[in-house]
Amino acid sequence: MDETRWKLNVGLADMLKGGVIMDVVNADQAKIAEAAGATAVMALERVPAQIRADGGVARASDPTMIRAVREAVSIPVVAKCRIGHFVEAQILAALEVDFIDESEVLTPADDTHHIDKHALSVPFVCGCVSLGEALRRIAEGAALIRTKGEAGTGNVVEAVRHLRGLRRELSQLAALPAEELPAAAKALGAPLSLVKRTATAGCLPVPSFAAGGIATPADAALCMALGAQSVFVGSGIFLSESPERTAAAIVEAVTHWEDAAHLAEVSAGLGKAMPGRELHTLAQSERFAQRGW
Amino acid sequence: MGVLALQGGFAAHVAALRRARIGAVEVRRANELEGLRGLVLPGGESTAMLSLLRRRGLLAAVSEFGRQGHPVLATCAGLILAASPELAWLDVTVRRNAYGSQRASFVAQSDDGVHDLVFIRAPRVDRVGSRVEVLARWHGEPVLVQQGNVIGATFHPELVSASQLHAKIFGAA
Repeated sequence: MDETRWKLNVGLADMLKGGVIMDVVNADQAKIAEAAGATAVMALERVPAQIRADGGVARASDPTMIRAVREAVSIPVVAKCRIGHFVEAQILAALEVDFIDESEVLTPADDTHHIDKHALSVPFVCGCVSLGEALRRIAEGAALIRTKGEAGTGNVVEAVRHLRGLRRELSQLAALPAEELPAAAKALGAPLSLVKRTATAGCLPVPSFAAGGIATPADAALCMALGAQSVFVGSGIFLSESPERTAAAIVEAVTHWEDAAHLAEVSAGLGKAMPGRELHTLAQSERFAQRGW
Repeated sequence: MGVLALQGGFAAHVAALRRARIGAVEVRRANELEGLRGLVLPGGESTAMLSLLRRRGLLAAVSEFGRQGHPVLATCAGLILAASPELAWLDVTVRRNAYGSQRASFVAQSDDGVHDLVFIRAPRVDRVGSRVEVLARWHGEPVLVQQGNVIGATFHPELVSASQLHAKIFGAA
C-alpha cells in the first residue's frame, strides 16, 4: 500500500464519520440497515451475541453471504477476518469488500502477529483497548481504529473504559516534552515516528470509532460524547424487539448526540433492547477484548 | 460558512475552510442556517444524509437556503443530494458509486491540470442539463459542475491541502 492508497483509505474512513455501521447477517437485514440510515454494513454470518452463545471457533463468513449483501446495498460493505489470518483477508479483498475488520470477535488465527495490512490495498479497521494497541495497528496499516468494548454483551461498560482510556492516554502523550517521547514509545510498544506524530497532533492519525456492547441510542450518544467519531452496532439492532426503529433511532442519536431533548424523543417506545450480560458473568476465555497483541 | 454535519466528511471541510481563512460552523439543525453566507454539503453516504435531512424540518430549511442564492459547494455524496429530486439544485443525472468498491478509488488530475482529484467510491455525472456549466473534466467526463449558486464536485477538494476551491467559491473572509 503506497501513500496515495493510504490517503484514499483514511479518506473512506472520514466519510463514515458521524454514522452507524450495523452488523447484518443477510441481504434483507442489509436493506433494512441501509433504509434506516446506516453508513455501512458489517456482513457476517452470526452477530457477536450468537457467536458467544454458540461457542467453538468463529471464522470469516461464507463468500456467498458477503456477495449477497454487496449486491443488496449501495453503501460500503465491511467484513470480518480472524486476527492474523491474512488468507481470509485476501479472500475478502478478492470479494471487493470496502473495508476489512481484523476482529477479536472471531477466534484469532495467530496468537503473536496481526496481519501486515500494508500488503493489501483494501482498508482495514482494527480494535484496541489502549493507545499502544491502537498505534501498533496503525503501524501495521490500519486506516481506522475502533474500541473493542465487549462485543455481544449489550453492555457498554468496556467501550466506555476503552474510550476514556484512549482519551486520557492521548492527552498525557500530548503533554510530554519531546525528550520523553522515546521512552513513551517504548512503554506504548509503538514506533517512535508514529508516537511523535500523534503527540504533536494530540489525536490518532486515523479516525477512531466506538464498538462493543452498544445497545441503545443513549449508549451510542455516550460513546460520541466520549470522543468516538462514529459507532459500530453489532448485536444491538437485529436482536432488539424492533430493529427498524432501533436502527433509525441510533442513527439519529449519533448525529444529534449533544441534544438530550431529541435523544429523549428518539429513545421513546422502541420496545425491548437486546438482552444484556454483566461482564463478571463472563469467564476470562469469553472476553473478546483480551484478544490482540 | 456552514458545513452540513449530519454525517460524513464534514470535519475535513471545516478544516479546509479554516485553512482558507474562512470562518466555518457545523450545521445539524434548521435554526443553525440563520445568518450563514454559504453552505457545504460534504461527502459521506447520501442515503444516510437524506434520511437525517428528512427529519426535524431540515430538508425544507436547506432547500430554502439554496434557493435564496447563497453559494453552495456539494462534494461527492453532497453532489448526489444537490442533484436529488428533494433539492433539485443541479440539473444533472448522477450515478452513485459508479467506479465500484473502495479498491477502485483513485487520485488523478483534471484534464486542464488545475485540480487534484481524489475519488473515493465516487459518483459519475452521466447527463448535464442545458443550464449547467462544466468547470472541470477528467478523461472528458464532467467532475466539477455549476448551476447558478451551486457547485458540485464528484471528488474531494477538502482532502487536498493545496485546493483553492473553497477560497474561490466562498471568498476570503
